[in-house]
Amino acid sequence: MGTVNFLWNLTKNYFTFGLIGLTVSDRCASIVPVGGISMSPTFNPDDDSSMRSLTRDFVIVEKLCLEKFKFSLGDVVVFSSPANHKEKHIKRITALPGDLVSTPHYDAVLIPEGHCWVEGDNHAWSLDSRSFGPIPLGLVRGRVTHIVWPPHRVGKVERMTPKSIASF
Amino acid sequence: MGLGNLKQLTPFVKEAFQQTLLVAKFLCGLHVTNTYLCTFALTQGPSMLPTFNLTGDLVLAERLSTRFEKMQRGDVVLVRSPENPRKIVIKRLIGVGGDTVKYVAGPGNNDKEHTIVVPDGHVWIEGDNKFNTTDSRKFGPVPYGLVQGRVFWIVWPPEDFGSVGREVQ
Repeated sequence: MGTVNFLWNLTKNYFTFGLIGLTVSDRCASIVPVGGISMSPTFNPDDDSSMRSLTRDFVIVEKLCLEKFKFSLGDVVVFSSPANHKEKHIKRITALPGDLVSTPHYDAVLIPEGHCWVEGDNHAWSLDSRSFGPIPLGLVRGRVTHIVWPPHRVGKVERMTPKSIASF
Repeated sequence: MGLGNLKQLTPFVKEAFQQTLLVAKFLCGLHVTNTYLCTFALTQGPSMLPTFNLTGDLVLAERLSTRFEKMQRGDVVLVRSPENPRKIVIKRLIGVGGDTVKYVAGPGNNDKEHTIVVPDGHVWIEGDNKFNTTDSRKFGPVPYGLVQGRVFWIVWPPEDFGSVGREVQ
């Protein structure tokens, strides 16, 4: 009987813990690894393929911004890819509704209401709004605030203002 | 305050902590059910008129078929509006990625029919009330990531209580 009781308690505790953990990661913040070099040098600055899993950056993604969907220019956000909702990408918002963006393929794009323009910091190696256009803000799943791993790169992720916005 | 007082307080603190934990657990359970299983939603406006009332119905929407991609054409879905991320709209799923959709842009005054192929990973949504709705005919196909759930049951008003079908009645 003792073992059954013990197992039951253990399951109960795990369940409670999972419930609370899931809620916190949905509502407040979670920690995710960053893959790829599209955001280098902000994340994964020295990508060495042999050591990839060790040198990968881990970042805090806060979800509180999803209550109001208010973002500022230069925020780094996590969003589901518009082409495949299971893929999550990390990019920087470089334009908000009403802004004009100049791109290599079109002259200028006016960002529609409720959309934003995302670009990777590593322009040469990034699949972003320059290929798939503005994305709805509803696809955004969180805002990256801090790097927590590796230890020597712990710190805040700064808001950086983009340079490629046409001024009107 | 002496040590004796502190000892007297301990059970209260313990009790308070336990009660808080209970409430927290309940709220977490609520959140998880709401996000991963099913949720209530309130309809609003004329865009789904024969299916839902103008005055607003209380409906139940489930999240599982969205998560496991079991959506079918004709399902009534909750979609985060691409024009305003704070708003969730209820529309009918007309086409999924790869489908060819025929639609009339402005029924009543302009009956020209358009044809579009829905891109991969996107869905085409339309309101049941073709004359008064803001849907894919205006803002184009929406990414699947914006779909939030499938409406399957009308809870209120009581005379409409029952399941929501795949066809417009």
